[in-house]
Amino acid sequence: MNSLVNRFSTTGAQNELRRAREETEEDDIGDSMWGSVAGFGNLTKSGPTFNLPSVADPTAFLRLHTDDHADPSCRIKIQHGTTTLAFRFKGGVIVAVDSRATAGSYIASGTVKKVIEINKFLLGTMAGGAADCQYWETYLGIQCRLHELRNRERISVAAASKYLSNLVYSYKGMGLSMGTMICGWDKTGPAVFYVDSDGTRLKGDLFSVGSGSTFAYGVLDQGYRWDLTDEEAQELGRRSIYAAGHRDAFSGNTINLYHVKENGWTFIGNYDVSEMHYDGPGNVPGGAPGGYGYEVRTGPSTVAV
Amino acid sequence: MPGEMAHHPQQRQFNPYSENGGTILAIAGRDFAVIAGDTRQTEGYSIQTRYAPKVFTLTDKAVLAVNGFAADGNMFVKKVKQRLEWYRHAHAKDMPLRAIARLIQTMLYAQRFFPYYVYNILGGIEDDGTGAVYSFDPVGSYEREACRAAGAASSLVQPFLDNQIYFKNQKAAPGSAHPTHLPLSTVIALVTDSFTSATERHIEVGDGLEMYIVLASGSSGQGLEGVKGLRELSTKGEAERVFVIRRDLKKD
Repeated sequence: MNSLVNRFSTTGAQNELRRAREETEEDDIGDSMWGSVAGFGNLTKSGPTFNLPSVADPTAFLRLHTDDHADPSCRIKIQHGTTTLAFRFKGGVIVAVDSRATAGSYIASGTVKKVIEINKFLLGTMAGGAADCQYWETYLGIQCRLHELRNRERISVAAASKYLSNLVYSYKGMGLSMGTMICGWDKTGPAVFYVDSDGTRLKGDLFSVGSGSTFAYGVLDQGYRWDLTDEEAQELGRRSIYAAGHRDAFSGNTINLYHVKENGWTFIGNYDVSEMHYDGPGNVPGGAPGGYGYEVRTGPSTVAV
Repeated sequence: MPGEMAHHPQQRQFNPYSENGGTILAIAGRDFAVIAGDTRQTEGYSIQTRYAPKVFTLTDKAVLAVNGFAADGNMFVKKVKQRLEWYRHAHAKDMPLRAIARLIQTMLYAQRFFPYYVYNILGGIEDDGTGAVYSFDPVGSYEREACRAAGAASSLVQPFLDNQIYFKNQKAAPGSAHPTHLPLSTVIALVTDSFTSATERHIEVGDGLEMYIVLASGSSGQGLEGVKGLRELSTKGEAERVFVIRRDLKKD
């Protein structure tokens, strides 16, 4: 049975290897490559195809050249370090992320969009490999649209997240790196699912992912209630990412805040972490007066020198 | 013992990658984009050539800069150009810039398990007439930005750009604000200074500078008059105009 399923499944590691072996030419140029096909010209032939290095163990090859934990001198750096959070409450889902991308100790970018807008009702967050998250969540967006067209009904958050989870599971062991929260509003109301590249898929009220997640959880757990008002919830999301940006060296720069409600998500705003420290969010609904930093709130340190 | 060799442990690896130095840089203006790169190519401490272009025109309004492993970079540019030609045959028009950006993402991600060791920066004019810069990592994650430096001296150049383009750590004079878009003449000066400074402090940067300028349709091109080493690449009658400025950089 398993081999039958494998034979006819469209994606998956086994299939990638089989296809790569079957290919006599270096490149397989299908008809779709001639046109645009929504920018996914290489995806139309029953799922994407990947080129593999002609070595006994392609995974070991990839690890040798990209894993910057084991070997800091390796050439191809994959971005690490992030804080993302999402939680469900009475008024919908709050999604808040930082915007820092690091390569080793260098800040490669301070303006990364770590919330991926899958469609009007679905958001995905980005932790781990930036390209893996961006590419597969865009791909998920295509599949969600096809689901709508085939079934005349929007896909549920549960189904969308399971599609992604099964997809990345079929590549397990090949080096994908994703830790994402799929957030949205469907028939059942607000929903948050945690999906990662190990194949874990969890339904829950509250998640935080990334190197700064422990700091964010500290603030989030302390302030979380189901019946938070919209303004209180947005402030909690903002304050939690600030805490991570302040204490985790791999997180920071700016905060991006989203709110998912019954008729889709809205972008609330972009907030500079340093400005939050000294001046606070300013005149926003639910915003605290003054900066978040404790010295800012309590006055200069009185410790004798 | 005669005839007996000492057996040392041996390890073999497939290492198809190299690093060829150099730096690329792109800045977007309101109705123009500037995409630049040096022309030195190195391997280790040797200079392989003093003229190896890293910046290429794709269409009348799109320019791609590639940096990292030169062989991968040249092959990648070749394949992007081929896909754009096919698009022209199918649709009888050039691919829009944002579509080229997405195409580059899918082409890079198709090599997710055998990556091109290339950092790409795409610059040009968007369909709405604004200048745009897209930067990519080697496996295809991308983002639209106002400016980006990549390559060997990126950590020298990017902080300078943050300060001069985004006005980071600068406070505007009381009663005034920082400009959101800089004029072309200022941008050309910043790019030139970035590369002369990178050449001073980085051994893999130097020899020559190639600076491509894409002007949106209707842009006056003010700031280009009397610029040394300027050459127009576009022919008359095209909406967008492309120029290149070639300068010498220090060769030691």
